Order: sequence, then structure tokens, then C-alpha cells
Amino acid sequence: MATSYANDPAHAGAHDGKPRGVTRWLFTTNHKDIGTLYLTLAGIMFFVGGFMALVIRAELWQPGLQIVDPQTYNALTTNHALIMIFGAVMPAWVGFANWMIPMQIGSPDMALPRMNNYSFWILPFAFMLLLGTWFVPGGAPAGGWTLYPPLVLQGGDSLPMTIFAIHLMGASSILGAINVIVTIMNMRAPGMTLLKMPLFVWTWLITAYLLIAVMPVLAGAVTMLLTDHFFGTSFFSAAGGGDPVMFQHVFWFFGHPEVYILILPAFGIISEVIPTFSRKPLFGYESMVYATASIAFLSFIVWAHHMFTVGMPLAGQLFFMLSTMLIAVPTGVKVFNWTATMYRGSLSFETPMLFALAFLFLFTIGGFSGLMLAIVPADFQYQDTYFVVAHFHYVLVPGSIFGIMTGVYYWLPKWTGHHYNEKLGKWHFWLSAIFVNVLFFPQHFLGLAGMPRRIPDYSTQFTDWNMVSTIGAFGFGLAQILLLIVIRQCVRGGAQAPARAWEGAHGLEWELPSPAPYHTWGKAPDLGTIARGAEH
Amino acid sequence: MSNKRLLSRGLIRRGAIVAAVLASVASPAFAGWGGLNMTRGVTELSEIIYDLHMEILWVCVVIAVAVFGAMIYFVVRFRKSRGAVPDTSLLHSNKAELIWTVIPVVILVMMAVPAAKALIRIEDTRNSELTIKVTGYQWKWQFDYLGSGVNFFSTLAESSNFARQKGSGIDPNTVENYLLESDHHLVIPLDTKVRLLLTANDVIHAWWVPAFGMKKDAIPGFVNEMWIKAHTTGTYRGQCAELCGRDHGFMPIVVDVVSKEEFARWLESQKSATDAAPLVPAAQSAPPADGATPAASSTNS
Repeated sequence: MATSYANDPAHAGAHDGKPRGVTRWLFTTNHKDIGTLYLTLAGIMFFVGGFMALVIRAELWQPGLQIVDPQTYNALTTNHALIMIFGAVMPAWVGFANWMIPMQIGSPDMALPRMNNYSFWILPFAFMLLLGTWFVPGGAPAGGWTLYPPLVLQGGDSLPMTIFAIHLMGASSILGAINVIVTIMNMRAPGMTLLKMPLFVWTWLITAYLLIAVMPVLAGAVTMLLTDHFFGTSFFSAAGGGDPVMFQHVFWFFGHPEVYILILPAFGIISEVIPTFSRKPLFGYESMVYATASIAFLSFIVWAHHMFTVGMPLAGQLFFMLSTMLIAVPTGVKVFNWTATMYRGSLSFETPMLFALAFLFLFTIGGFSGLMLAIVPADFQYQDTYFVVAHFHYVLVPGSIFGIMTGVYYWLPKWTGHHYNEKLGKWHFWLSAIFVNVLFFPQHFLGLAGMPRRIPDYSTQFTDWNMVSTIGAFGFGLAQILLLIVIRQCVRGGAQAPARAWEGAHGLEWELPSPAPYHTWGKAPDLGTIARGAEH
Repeated sequence: MSNKRLLSRGLIRRGAIVAAVLASVASPAFAGWGGLNMTRGVTELSEIIYDLHMEILWVCVVIAVAVFGAMIYFVVRFRKSRGAVPDTSLLHSNKAELIWTVIPVVILVMMAVPAAKALIRIEDTRNSELTIKVTGYQWKWQFDYLGSGVNFFSTLAESSNFARQKGSGIDPNTVENYLLESDHHLVIPLDTKVRLLLTANDVIHAWWVPAFGMKKDAIPGFVNEMWIKAHTTGTYRGQCAELCGRDHGFMPIVVDVVSKEEFARWLESQKSATDAAPLVPAAQSAPPADGATPAASSTNS
């Protein structure tokens, strides 16, 4: 899809100085090209990971083993998670950052363009390594994406390949994060003060700090796995004086900020889209910034709530329960501010707004189940059941993924210069929003009724809700084909979009023509333009 | 354009098919949809946990009604298509922001107090009357009644094990307690504080019987503890709750809660079986499903 846009004669203006052919994409240092590359990779990985999810759900259609054996099933859940987290959601956010941050802060490009190219082109190799594990002796990694030892150390050749793939993804993320921070700190147009920045830029800035803080921790954890397995160390083996639970502490010290890495940029996008379609500035802009920063800070001191059943001291359990519950406060501030933004607005419901509203409702449901999971005694029942599966899919699918959909529909006119097919977009929305609930809501019931997660086969009393969930999964999966059709149509043609593609849109990107020229803000925007754009 | 119309018509048809499938699945099986909520269980702790769960659930429901109610009202009331004019002067309000920061804090404190109390009760493993060491293996459990010499393994029952093989041709619905039946049940006495010491021999497992409310990891090289005091006799079922490899889904836990007298008799019979044939060490090295281990407990099932 990207190539057809590039070769579209209507856009390949002579002034652009755009190289042609495959080398354009290999050697590009242009933030828009690199953004497109990231988003394309994310799209491919979304469908790869989605395919794995559908095999999982097909196996769970009824009790008994029909399609895959238990080992393959475990490999599917492990890879589905790794692909969706590191392959779909994270690259999608870096893609958005590349496309939008320079345009939104009035910068001609990212601060470190060649590193930008490098950070992207690491990723295809990382995913070739990860997906290559399906073809090596011992098969793909099957110890869960959380890679808990000692189980993960039972893996065959997949173990070093997975670890190296994670190193590469981590390196790519760190480079991308450095680039975002340097760009935002140094490349803002004169007059674009920090508190005039759009919320998307703010949330990404905070996300970038989280990435730099925790990706090295993950790299350290998996490196210790590597040396435990190959070089005789005993970091995580009690027999040699180590502790398998220490891995969990280190992993979740990465893992909890990671979940905010997956959601904070979505908060940013929602904070732009709801005001646009309410035709009213964001309510409580500054408190939104502070709430985001508070969430990021708290994310570092709640990690052990992922492991309440490992047997921690009472004081530790109380601390992690209370710190986790505290997250509800800044998250509540955000939800209330978004809601208050709609109060006395003038609302219209184009596809980006629909996805943003679904985000608002369904992410909040994920927030409620998160609060329930924070209550340690109750968590002793919820832990490692489908209740947890339902919870994190509610915050990741109608959360992160709907955030991505919101952003795609919102900025497609800016990227392509065309309005997408609104009718088809709405079909995509309604099918996604309905089926995502059919898919994940019953999983709350399954978990409460006692179905553990990560099992390929289940006791017969769980059959009915599993069937419903599987129907939802296939409905949701098939609905995503519409997204491909909408994007393809929009890239190829459609009604010409004006510079300000949405009536209520504010922000520097809407001061630029649609499609955004190959090079933008070669001359920094003047103060008047910035002021017009900064009406949050 | 006609393409698109065709496509949407196709989607409607697909939607109708899905609805039909949903209806056909739902109607005959409706009787089996009872499993919507957490079990209240049969121990003091499981009841505390259930009550706490319901309390938070209702608090969440009340907040949800208020918040979603406001959202829905705004979406309906302030539509551009109904001529709503935006009030762009509404930028922020310290009062509103203070209210929706303080109220959640108060609600959280109200939740945290009973939760902390429950937690303190849960962690109090003192004064237990019976201690059983539970060891997780890939993929079976070992139960060791400390001090009595009674010690046996427990694996997935044969009927389930046959049916669960891929392409077995056996309908799991015809197998009683499919995947939740073991060859040797753990037997514990009624109204007795039983302390479990949990560990593992290979990878991390987790011991979970929903009716007892608690779940705890069994970690190689470390010992965790939890306690059970069941107040109703019966057979209670659970399974391993921490991914432990290929057959993680196939290591059930079945516990018989019996009267104190019956438990004493059962323990004696186990002891004499162990004395007569010192099979326990052998059972540790051989697969426990070979029928060599004392099988008296199976009469309880």
C-alpha cells in the first residue's frame, strides 16, 4: 500500500526530491517514509499475530484437542503475545511518532534521521529470527511470553533465537525512544513551549522515557536466562543459589511500565480526537499532562501485582496492592477529563470519534477489572485465570488497538490527501466494537468460574462461553479485512481532503496541505500559526 | 460504488449467519450457563475472598453506571446534528478536578481496608493441625502427609487422559469430570486447619482449588505455605494454574473433605498399605499412574 502511494503520479511532485524504487525505502531518512514503514510492519504483524489468535480460539471452540497439540498451543499463545506486543502495537506507535511528532511540533524531520532508518530496519531481522523459531528443532518458544525460568530454559534452539530477537527489538525501541526525546526537546518550533504541545506529543515523550528506562532491564533479564542456559550461571536456579522468582521481579519491573508504553500514546490520540469531534478544547489540558506523568511514575512501583501468588511477605503484598490501586486516581482523572470535554460540546460521530468513544467505554471496563485484580485476596482467585486474559485484552484491544484505529482514521486524510470511505469505516467500527465484546466479555465469566489461562483443553462446563468467545474472535478477525480495504481505497483515491480535514481539528499538522508534502516545516511555523494550532 | 454496497450486503448476511449460529449454540445448552461468577467456596478464606470480590464488583458497577451514564447522556444531548453549539470557554475547573480526584481516593481507601484485613487473616498460618507437603512435577502432584509417612502421587485420571489425546474419537462430554479427575485424591479432614507446604521439583506450578479460595505458586527450591479449613464435606476440584509446559492443562487437583473420623481411618489404611509394601520410593522414580501406589483413596470418588 505504501508503494502505491509513493508512485501515485498525483503526489510524486518534482519538488519532493523523493528517491524511487526499493532504495527509497531501504535508505530513507525521511520521517514520513519511516513512519509508513513502521505502520506497514505493524499491520503485517497484526495479521500474523491475529492469525495465531484465531488458531488458538479455534482450538478452544470445544473441549478435547482437535487442531493443535498442547506444545504447539503453548507456542501459539507465546508467539501471539510477543508478536502483538513487540511487532504490532509498539511499532505502530513508533510509526505514529515518526509521522506526527515532527509535523505537530513544527520540525522538518526527526532529530536523528539516519538512526531512525537503522532503528526501523533492525526490526524485520528481529521478527525473522522470532518467526524462524517455528522451523528449528524443538519448535517455537512455548514457555509463555513472560519467559519464566525454569520452564523457558527447557526450550530448544528457539531459546537463544528468541532472546536475540528480544535484544534486537529492545535496541530498536531504545533508538526510537532516544530519537523521540531528542526531537521533542530540541526541534520544537520557536514559540512551541512544552505546555503548548499536543497531548500526543506529551504522551509519547513520557512513553519514550519509560522505554529507555525499562528496555535495558528486559535485555538484562533475558541475558541472564542466556547465561544460565549456556554458560553455567545460576541467576534463576535455586540449586546454584539463585532464585526463579527474581526473574519475575526483574521481568515485571520491565513489564509493568511496558503496558503503559502500549497505552500512553493511545491516551494522546484520544486526547486529540475527542476535542476535534466535540468542537471544543480538551478539558483540563494540564491535569492531563500531570496525570500521564503520574501514571508513568506509578508504573515503576507496582510491578509485583503481576505475581501476588509467588509468596511475598505481607508488607510487600500490601504495598503493591495500595500502589496499584493508586493508579486508578490519575487514570480516573483522564477518563473524567475526556468525558468533560464532551460536555456542552457539539459532537459528530465520524469513524475516528466512534473508535475513540469505544476506547473510552471499553478501556474503562478494563480499568475496573484492573482495580479488582489489584485487591490481593481477590487476586488469589483471579490470578492466572481467564479473568486476567479478559482484563488485559480489554485494555489492549479496545484500548491500544482501538487507539491505533482512531489514529489511523483520524490522520489518513493527512497522510494520503484523500477522505477514506466513511461508510466502510463505520462498518469496520461497528463490527469491531460488537465482536470485541463478544470475544472478550465472556472470558470474565470463564475466569471467575474457574478456567485457568494458557490451557489448550478445558473441562466441559466451560464449553458455552468458549464457543461464544470463538465466534467473537472470528467476527473480529474478519472485520479487520475491512480496515485493509479502507486503507487501500484511501491510498488509491477518494475525495480530496482539505488541509484541515476535520472541522474541529487543531494542531500544526492541520496547517499543512493534505497530503502532507514529502518535506514539511522547512521553515518553522510562525507564532500565529502555532497559536492557532495550540488551541487544545 | 456498487461494489461497496455488495460488500455491505455480504456483511449483513454474514452477521445473520453468526446470529443464527449463536442462537443455535445457546438454546440447547442454556442450562449449562450457570458458571458466571466466582464460587463462594467452602472455607473461611474462600468466603472472605468471595465477599470482598462481590463488594468491589458492586462498587465498580455503581461507578460504571454513573460514569457511563454521563458519557451516554453527553453523547445523546450534545450532538451537532441536534444543533448543539460548543461552549469553548470550558477549559478546566479546579473544583471539578478536585472532586474527581478526592472521591476516588475515598472509595479506594474504603476498598483497601477490608482487603488488608482479609490479607492479614489469609497470611496467618499459625496453629495448624495438619501439614501436607505438596510438590509439583511435570505433570503430576505429590502429596506428603508430614509426620505420618503417607505419601503418594496424583495424576490425571485415565478416562480423561484417553479422551484428551488428539484424535481420540472420545467425546469429552461423555467423560465424567473431564480433566478434573485424578487417580488419587488428596484427602483432608473437616473443620481442621490444614497447612500446605508448596514446592516443585522442576518448573513453577501453582496449586489452586477454587472452592478453597486460594492459589499459591509451587516453586522449585523454595517452600510456600497456605492454609485451608473446610467446613463442608465433599469433593472439590481444581488444577495447576501456572504454565508448566506441554501438559500444564492436564494436572488436576482433586480434594476430598471428609469427617475427622473418616480421615483418621483413611490415614491408618494408607499407613498400613505403605508399611506392607514400601512402594513410595519406587513410586517417586516410576510414573505414578502404574497402579502400584496405594489406591485406597480412589474409593472416595
